[in-house]
Amino acid sequence: MQISDADRRILRQMMAEPGLATAELAERAGVTPATCWRRIERLREAGVLRAEQAVINWQALGWEVEVSLRFTLDKTDPRAFDEFIAAARGVPEVIEIQSFLGSTDIRLQVIARDMAHYQEIYRKRILTLPHIAELDALMLVATIKSSAELAL
Amino acid sequence: MSLDLDDLDRAILRALTQDVTQSAGALGRRLGLSQPATWRRIKRLEGAGVLAGRRVDLDQAALGFGVTVFLGIKLAAKGRVSLDDFERAVTAIPEVQVVQHVLGLFDYRLRVTARDLPDFERVLRRRIMTLPGVGQVEANVLLSEERRPGPLG
Repeated sequence: MQISDADRRILRQMMAEPGLATAELAERAGVTPATCWRRIERLREAGVLRAEQAVINWQALGWEVEVSLRFTLDKTDPRAFDEFIAAARGVPEVIEIQSFLGSTDIRLQVIARDMAHYQEIYRKRILTLPHIAELDALMLVATIKSSAELAL
Repeated sequence: MSLDLDDLDRAILRALTQDVTQSAGALGRRLGLSQPATWRRIKRLEGAGVLAGRRVDLDQAALGFGVTVFLGIKLAAKGRVSLDDFERAVTAIPEVQVVQHVLGLFDYRLRVTARDLPDFERVLRRRIMTLPGVGQVEANVLLSEERRPGPLG
């Protein structure tokens, strides 16, 4: 799909403040509400705008610990990636799975209620995942910035 | 102090993390709840800070941003570098979407989105490597990503 300047302006405003009403969004993007609505529908249909999703604050639910686990897999087995990812999906405390080109193959974002709980998940659910060659952990201290904004 | 959730709260959270634009009425109908009851539960989750905002999920490649890189950054001279200065400078870079202060092999984790690899190289050389106090940098290029519902089971 061809992305027009109006589309870019609308998406920029949407990223800056998700959840704006269409009328307000249209005004900020400098288009009429009807055009704004039509453009958003078109972006949705083309799959450019995939979804608008709620973000959960896990700390407010008592999940105090967040760890980024970075894995190098034993790639002598061609099924290593698929089997590792399938097993990681079975761990409820895993909230993100990413695969990479680089010294890290896979990253899992894992949450736990406290350090004792993390230790239990780490031993029983993480170290038992298949095809791990190496892993290291980065413990989250604070999120300084988090946005989905693009320099459109 | 954490909030007690029942199965309906968890179902509401799961649904809203998929699509936050659905109305309380439509969501309630699927869960067998009235519109006012659904709305009250959503307000309670918002009030407790559990629903912490929204994200727009875009096909970045279709918008011309084909490369996402995760960076691990170690500060060079700890104690002499101000974390505030580093954080202020790094958060001002538009291509940097996420900045997290971490403990471990690195001091900071960044998520950087660029148009292509040459564009990423420009950001890395001109913006990242020139940050105050920056030391060792490790880059991993994102191939695939999925967000999981988490422990809402």
